[in-house]
Parts: sequence; C-alpha cells; structure tokens
Amino acid sequence: MPADEEGLWHRPSVLALRRLLHHRLFVSGLVLFAIIVVAAILAPVLAPINPDKIDMNATFLPPSLRHLFGTDNFGRSLFSRVMWGARLSMLIGGATVAINAVAGTVIGALAGYYRRIDNIVMRANDALMAFPPVLLAIAVTATLGPSIIDVIIALGVVYTPRTARIVRSSVIVLREMEYVQAAVAAGAGDWHVLRRHILPNALAPLIVQLSFLFAYAVLTEATLSFLGVGAVPPTPTWGNIMAEGREYLTTAPWIIAIPGAALMITVLGLNMLGDGLRDVLDPRLRIQQ
Amino acid sequence: MIRVIASRVASAVPILILVSLITFGMIHMIPGGPAAAIAGLSATPQQIAEINHNLGLDKPLPVQLYRWYDQVLHGNLGTSLLLGQPVSQAIMIRLPVTFGLSLYALVITLAIGLSSGILAALRQNTWVDQVAMIFSIIGISLPNFYLALLMIIFFAVDLGWLPSGGYVPFFDDPLGWLGAMTLPAISLALLLTGLLARITRSTMLEVLRQDYIRTARAKGLPQRQVVLKHALANAMIPIVTVIGIIVSLLLSGAVVTETIFSLPGIGQLLTEAVLNRDYPMVQGGVLVVTALMVGVNILVDVLYAALDPRVRYHAS
Repeated sequence: MPADEEGLWHRPSVLALRRLLHHRLFVSGLVLFAIIVVAAILAPVLAPINPDKIDMNATFLPPSLRHLFGTDNFGRSLFSRVMWGARLSMLIGGATVAINAVAGTVIGALAGYYRRIDNIVMRANDALMAFPPVLLAIAVTATLGPSIIDVIIALGVVYTPRTARIVRSSVIVLREMEYVQAAVAAGAGDWHVLRRHILPNALAPLIVQLSFLFAYAVLTEATLSFLGVGAVPPTPTWGNIMAEGREYLTTAPWIIAIPGAALMITVLGLNMLGDGLRDVLDPRLRIQQ
Repeated sequence: MIRVIASRVASAVPILILVSLITFGMIHMIPGGPAAAIAGLSATPQQIAEINHNLGLDKPLPVQLYRWYDQVLHGNLGTSLLLGQPVSQAIMIRLPVTFGLSLYALVITLAIGLSSGILAALRQNTWVDQVAMIFSIIGISLPNFYLALLMIIFFAVDLGWLPSGGYVPFFDDPLGWLGAMTLPAISLALLLTGLLARITRSTMLEVLRQDYIRTARAKGLPQRQVVLKHALANAMIPIVTVIGIIVSLLLSGAVVTETIFSLPGIGQLLTEAVLNRDYPMVQGGVLVVTALMVGVNILVDVLYAALDPRVRYHAS
C-alpha cells in the first residue's frame, strides 16, 4: 500500500536514520568502529594462535607476513593479543554504556521529575563529579582490586553521575512542557507520564552522550591497565600490552605502536560517530549547521 | 559580587563533606580490610591486629569518623605506609611539580585552542575550518599516554632534542625546567586543546549569528573589534565553563603524564601509592586533589559572574 509505505518512510526515526547515513562524519566513524567490533567478534577465527602462548624462540620479531603485528618479549603473537584486547575493550566499553544507560536514566529521570529527591541526588552527584575521572577510577580499583569486573564498576561509578545529569536536564525541561502538563491534568500517573511522554523525548541527548561515553570508557580502561591498576597483566588488554612494551620502546616500538593505533581508531571512530549523531539528533544544533 | 562568592562557597560545603565521607569510606570498602591487603596472604593474626591498630581501624566506626575529621581539619592526613612521611608533607613537596606542569599545559591549551577555534569559526566551511576541526577531533581521540610514548621515541630517542623524562626544579634552572616539561605539557595539552577548539568554534558560530554582530558590522566597525569586543566577550561564558572542566582533566591527565615522564608530582605519588597499597596516601591524596578541584570550580563560577551581569542578577 503506497500510503503506508509513505508513512513509514517519513517516520521520525527513519528520517533520522536516512540523514545519518548521508552524514559523512557519522558514516566514517561507523566504519572505523565497525572494524574494531568485527575484529573483537572474530578474534578466535582471525587470530587462532593463543594470545598467551609463549615462544622464547620467536621474541621481538618485527611485523611480517608470518606475524602480522610482530611478537613481544615472550614471543607472543601481538596480532592475537591485540585482537583479543579488542574483545576486552568492547566488553568493558559496552558494559559501561549499559550501566550508564540504565542507572543514568533511572537516577536522572527520578531527580528531574521529583523535585524533593533532586536536591539530595544531585549533591551526591556533584560530589562524585568533583573527583577527577581517572583519579576516581584509580581509587575505586585500588579499593576493590584489579579485575575486569572491578574496572567496569569503577567506570560505572565515574561516568553514571555525568549521564544522570544529562538525562535530568532534559527531564526538567520536558516536565514543564504543555503536552506533559496536559497528560498530568488528564489524570495520567507519574510512571505513565515518564515512560510515554518524557523519556522518549529525552532519548536523543542520551544516545549522543552514550556514544562519547563508550569512547571515554575504552580510553580510561586502557589508561588504568597501562598504569597497572586495571586487569592483571597476562590479560591481553591494549593498556597492558603497551605497559609491557614500554621497556622495549626503542628496540621494539611496534609493541606499543600497534595497540595504541587500535585504541586511537576506536576512540576516533566513536567520537566521529557521536559528532554525527549530535548533528542529526539535536535539532538545536542542526539549525546552526 | 560578594553574595555570589558567598553562595558558591556555601554550596561547596556539602560537596566537600560528601567527598571526605567517600574518601573515608574507601578504606572500609576494601574486601577483607586493608590490613589483609597490606600484609599479604601469609600474614599472621598478630600482624593484622597490629596494622589495624596502627591505622586506628580497631575502633568503632563513629570514633574513626570523628578522628578522621579531627585530623583532616587539623591538616593531618595520616602517615604514608610507603614513605614513612606525613601524607600532607609528601603532597606539599610534590604539588609544585604538578602545578607547573598543569600551568604549562593550560597555557598551550588556551593559546592554540582559543585561536584555532576562533579562526575556524570565522572561516567556517573553508579549508582552514576543516583542517582545524580534523586536528581537534584527532586531538580528542589520541590517548595522551600514546602520544607521550610516540613523542619520546621521536623527539627524545631518535632526535635527542628533549629529555625523555626526569624533573628539573624551575628555580634551579628555568631553561632546564622548560626542556623537561615541554614533552609532558604537549602530551597533556593535546586532548584539552582539541576540546577547547571545538567548543570555541561552536560558541563563536552561535554568537556570530546574532543580530548585534550584524549591527556592529553594519555600522562599519573593523573586523578585529567586532570579533574581539562583541563576539568573543559573549562567547567567553561557555568557554570559561569548559576551562573549568579542562582543569579537572588536567589533574586526571597528570596522573598518566607524570608516570611516563617520571616527574615527581601528585599523579605519580598517587599511582605509586595505589600500586603499593599505601591506603592513607591514596585517601589523603584523593581528598586534597578533589578539594583543589572544588576550589577551582568556585573560582570558575565567580569568574562567570564577573563576566556575565545576568548571572550576578540571578544569584542575588
């Protein structure tokens, strides 16, 4: 039915998607990020050599056809280690985003909608945001211990207040809108108003925030493991590989250069993706472009 | 103005109380307690009891809390387990290193970030704009420890232009200080410069579209005066907010930068403390750094009010 097709084609979400796919920055970012995601998913297939397999006869081999990314001081395949490192980065980034999407939305929506708890929640938020991010993450992992789960918790503690603040500020504006007031006057319950009228309209800034957050989370995790307070060393995280390569900076620079480049591609891709999302989803900025 | 300052300081008090409670709580959240973590797996019960006694952890919680506040308010943050030195003293010795590094990085950030952001906005959609924006998105995406290591390989090892690490006090040898701090300051400033350039550009674009700018141009004011006096003055308000964020990121970045370039600052002190499970040091250091942050934010808010009469009006 042509009428329905027309309707589907002009739905706001489809329109936004079409605009995104014509946004050069967004598409380039998506491609970069997709490379890393595919590498992470296909790591066991593409890099069948065990990333922890030590071969003392093949140490410090520079990149070649046999060892695409070279080998490290224990003769471990850096190709395997970097590919498996991508898995951990994606896992930690994804988990942090998931924690933020749920906890940040719940806290932000409650604080924005109910003035009485707003004050208390936001003071606690301010206190957590007063800590410099990496320092707070270090302090949390120092307290809990260095493991992947603890790093995820630390990143959740560091970034959830920031996400909550963004959701809250959207909710505060939306709460005063006439259509919301009308819904309240018509007898809609709080839960219904929040879920059906407020949160769908608060989604755009949240999505933009979450794409940047993924980048911060990957970067902070790499920083933590580089400093030695992230996942424990034999674990192949990009930060760990770079920390181990520091000693051989001059003789085997590829040990640092390759995981660093992977990290940069991830963060760059996500930042471009986030910029594109913001251009398309945030109507206030769209007028300026 | 005084009212603005007073209200900002007053609003910082609950934040500082919460921050101190969180740092106090840290030591109690360690699984198995800090004594077990410090003494290791082979610790005897006597050793654990002794450590707990030394840290005051054998007292009831309210007593510990009271003692913590009593100490903190007297400037006593306990004694470092690793250095055997008072925590506050260790921090005071290392503060000038971090302060100098941050200031150097801030100068680079402001000089390059502001000017390239303004230029990009004035030349919107030209190659100047595109180059500036490509560099700034790379700037915010290049991990600072990666850049630091690459710069060490090129500038310190290959070319031998600058030292790869080590600290020279400014008052002993100002030029030596500049040499030792240049690579760390650049690696620290990169992310912040990109961030500032992007915000400056978008704020300037917004301001340049306003009617009063058109009026200023229409009445024949020279470009320099329109940009600096009419546009930048109004764009400064969001930019100052970002500078507040930048100072917080400076302290975060310093942790990594100081470790790589072996600069004996707060960042390195705290990383060492974490790695060696020196809990009093971590607790005290985090508290001091965060209190400094809150202080900087008050300063930013006051600056905000000084720049924008509307803020002064709403505050009173």
